[in-house]
Amino acid sequence: MDNIQETLKAERQKPWREEIRKAIKPKDRTSMQRVKMPEQEPDVRNKNHKEVNRGLTEQMAVKEAQRCLDCANPTCISGCPVGINIPKFIKRIEQGEFLESAKVLKETNALPAVCGRVCPQEVQCEASCFYVQKLKKDPVAIGFLERFAADYERNSGNISIPEVKKKNGIKVGIIGSGPSGLAVAGDMVKWGYDVTVFEALHEIGGVLKYGIPEFRLPNEIVDVEIENLKSMGVKFKTNFVVGTTGSVDDLREEGFEAFFVGSGAGLPRFMNIKGENYRRIFSSNEYLTRVNLMNAANPDYDTPVFSGKNVAVIGGGNTAMDSVRTSKRLGAEKSMIIYRRSIEEMPARVEEVEHAKEEDIIFMNLNNPVEYFADENGNVNRMRVQKMELGEPDSSGRRRPVPLEGSEYEVDVDTVVVAIGVSPNPLIPASMPELDVTDWGTIKVDQDSMQSSVEDVFAGGDIVRGGATVILAMGDGRKAAAGMHSYIQEKAGKRKS
Amino acid sequence: MNKIIEKEQLNNNVVKLIIDAPRIAEKRKAGHFVIVKIDDKGERIPLTIADADAKKGTITLVIQKVGVTSHKLSLMEEGDILTDVVGPLGNATEIENEGTVLCAGGGVGIAPLLPIARAFKEAGNRVVSVLAARNKDLIILEEEMKECSDELIIMTDDGSYGKQGLVTHGMEEILDKEKVNLAVTIGPAIMMKFASQTTKKYNVPTIASLNTIMVDGTGMCGACRVTVDGKTKFVCVDGPEFDAHKIDFDEMIMRLGAYQEQERKDYENYLETL
Ligand SMILES: Cc1cc2nc3c(=O)[nH]c(=O)nc-3n(C[C@H](O)[C@H](O)[C@H](O)COP(=O)(O)OP(=O)(O)OC[C@H]3O[C@@H](n4cnc5c(N)ncnc54)[C@H](O)[C@@H]3O)c2cc1C
Ligand SMILES: Cc1cc2nc3c(=O)[nH]c(=O)nc-3n(C[C@H](O)[C@H](O)[C@H](O)COP(=O)(O)OP(=O)(O)OC[C@H]3O[C@@H](n4cnc5c(N)ncnc54)[C@H](O)[C@@H]3O)c2cc1C
Ligand code: SF4
Ligand code: SF4
Ligand code: FES
Repeated sequence: MDNIQETLKAERQKPWREEIRKAIKPKDRTSMQRVKMPEQEPDVRNKNHKEVNRGLTEQMAVKEAQRCLDCANPTCISGCPVGINIPKFIKRIEQGEFLESAKVLKETNALPAVCGRVCPQEVQCEASCFYVQKLKKDPVAIGFLERFAADYERNSGNISIPEVKKKNGIKVGIIGSGPSGLAVAGDMVKWGYDVTVFEALHEIGGVLKYGIPEFRLPNEIVDVEIENLKSMGVKFKTNFVVGTTGSVDDLREEGFEAFFVGSGAGLPRFMNIKGENYRRIFSSNEYLTRVNLMNAANPDYDTPVFSGKNVAVIGGGNTAMDSVRTSKRLGAEKSMIIYRRSIEEMPARVEEVEHAKEEDIIFMNLNNPVEYFADENGNVNRMRVQKMELGEPDSSGRRRPVPLEGSEYEVDVDTVVVAIGVSPNPLIPASMPELDVTDWGTIKVDQDSMQSSVEDVFAGGDIVRGGATVILAMGDGRKAAAGMHSYIQEKAGKRKS
Repeated sequence: MNKIIEKEQLNNNVVKLIIDAPRIAEKRKAGHFVIVKIDDKGERIPLTIADADAKKGTITLVIQKVGVTSHKLSLMEEGDILTDVVGPLGNATEIENEGTVLCAGGGVGIAPLLPIARAFKEAGNRVVSVLAARNKDLIILEEEMKECSDELIIMTDDGSYGKQGLVTHGMEEILDKEKVNLAVTIGPAIMMKFASQTTKKYNVPTIASLNTIMVDGTGMCGACRVTVDGKTKFVCVDGPEFDAHKIDFDEMIMRLGAYQEQERKDYENYLETL
């Protein structure tokens, strides 16, 4: 830790930083207003699938960068799970050195263009910003700036491909191509390993591709990052389900010396209430996969999706927001969120909730479904909903929703999307009985090295956390890469001696 | 990328394709299936692995034309490439020496039944099979089924071949005359429902292999969910085989039609382009 603090201090004392810091008085910096992200108009964007946020202009980015005080004790960094040197990348923007700024991001974060878009900044980096902590003002727009620098680099055509060490010929296998797997792949290939990523689906990217919609995270951005990994030498094998197409044992025989399991929390949960298997009641994974992965909304593609007029989405997380806003874009007249807690307690990113409100999404908070009804063909046509009130705080610290007896009423619906959460993907644990898992089915690992109970198997991301965030998954990936590296080195050391 | 090595037309509506897929060929067991996506814009459809040759590295798929994708697949030729084939998926059939096993297949369901019947035969069982279809043309793989069955009854709805009647009539004929230890049924959902009711009357444990709508085939979407013994199960990862007497077939049949209207329209539009 001291080491990191020392480095940060040394960086901050460099002449270019001092110069920039002195250019504007702190008082002038703190009196500036937080930048507003240019967006597509709500009633335009809720009819197309293009990205809502259009990105800051250079002038806007430089101005926002000026707000950052380049604090002696940059608390923002402690709010970032991968510890990006935030003031350094922001001051590079203020200086106009956008490509340099992007390089700073890449020192610790392999997917800045993704994180700038999807991190819940309001509970991570921005929540720890001096502006929030001490000044009670809007935080520096760290996420917008991160996105700006990463986009600038990508659009410049000058993407810096990290240096790759001489190949050491040691094969490592990554299971799952979500953010955790991509992060491991990026580090291991840099250190000279022969890296293969195995992915069950026909596309690389995990939730970034099949879950998060185009209007929040265009696939093209993920693809550029994947191309970079490819050009660094990472091999990708799609349509390969580890456990069935080939087992970890088979791969060991083929010479793989260590594995990272980043297989995600792919198993959708249902509420197990009456009528939940009627037609046109989907899991959010099915709904979003049809639209995002299979392109169902585009008539040129063969996969169908039902786009209803009255759509109810059950849940209050990012997945629920993505589903409800997707339904609007597929032409729904009424798109409703039905969530058993209050709006303040919804786990979704604040920006998404705001965007959803602007897009005419109806929020039915403190409501919970209890039963579904269908027409003679089995198509859902009504649901019974119960009102809730907030009781005592539960283990998560949030007030527990309690049903209000006798408050049931009915709502007309023709499509329902259940977005109440996911469970860990059982494929890998099922195919490796020797792997220690928790009662919830998540893989048990050592917190520092991410090593599992099987010595050559490391794990991270949602399969360990049971559902978290992109940046936490990537943070795990980087830790696991370090863990794998030292495991392999140690083994090689033993072999020699 | 998987190449079509060989193609054979089994009848007007059913084709057999032999496909290059070495990894899958090596790993697959009776009961497994694959998910196929034929081109960049294609959908993902599940198909049972009807046979495989580990040495040649090929798997055999038998496909019935019912909609856009299966039709396109039936028009593909030797040498053509499928962009994606993933598998083997699902749980393999538990094969043991049970005594006498009754295999009841309907229509294209005979294709997935074949490897299971073979495996039971190899495990030392007496295998008695009933194959059923609407008419003579729709009976497929008769020779192959005959090879692995001690007795084979053919039933057609119109009596154009074998005996006239439904699959259940053939099953009853067997069940009336000998002790059956296990029944396996694969075919259209409605057929499996009645086959299952029949064996229930005779108290014969029965497994059915379900063909629900699927998207990913890895347990990620829940499109394939069915109710078994009052609980929601995912056919792709918990199945595809379940205790037939506990399956809610009516719900399954209802869910199978989820995209019916849209698919019929898509299919009609597609047929016009041919
Ligand atoms: C709709 C939606 C919206 C979200 N929005 C946000 C957001 O705004 N911000 C945020 O920070 N987080 C968000 N999240 C959460 C975030 O996406 C996840 O925490 C993150 O993607 C987890 O990464 P992962 O690497 O663990 O796995 P995943 O991204 O889940 O990827 C796992 C991959 O492994 C593959 N796989 C599984 N088993 C096997 C196997 N046996 N063999 C081969 N491959 C296998 C899967 O097919 C999948 O591609 C969202 C999630 C969803 C579903
Ligand atoms: C585990 C599993 C194994 C299967 N094995 C085989 C196989 O070996 N050979 C084979 O021909 N088919 C098999 N099927 C069924 C096959 O997947 C469907 O026929 C195919 O998806 C239809 O696609 P389509 O685009 O051609 O037709 P669609 O346009 O999707 O469907 C056309 C019509 O067919 C009906 N239909 C759709 N899906 C199914 C289904 N799963 N079962 C019955 N009717 C359906 C619907 O009523 C629909 O309106 C299997 C299904 C499962 C789940
Ligand atoms: S990676 Fe996420 S948490 Fe870290 S600085 Fe960027 S936006 Fe903030
Ligand atoms: S805490 Fe806020 S103001 Fe201070 S360095 Fe970090 S981003 Fe800048
Ligand atoms: S097909 Fe998606 S969960 Fe079974």
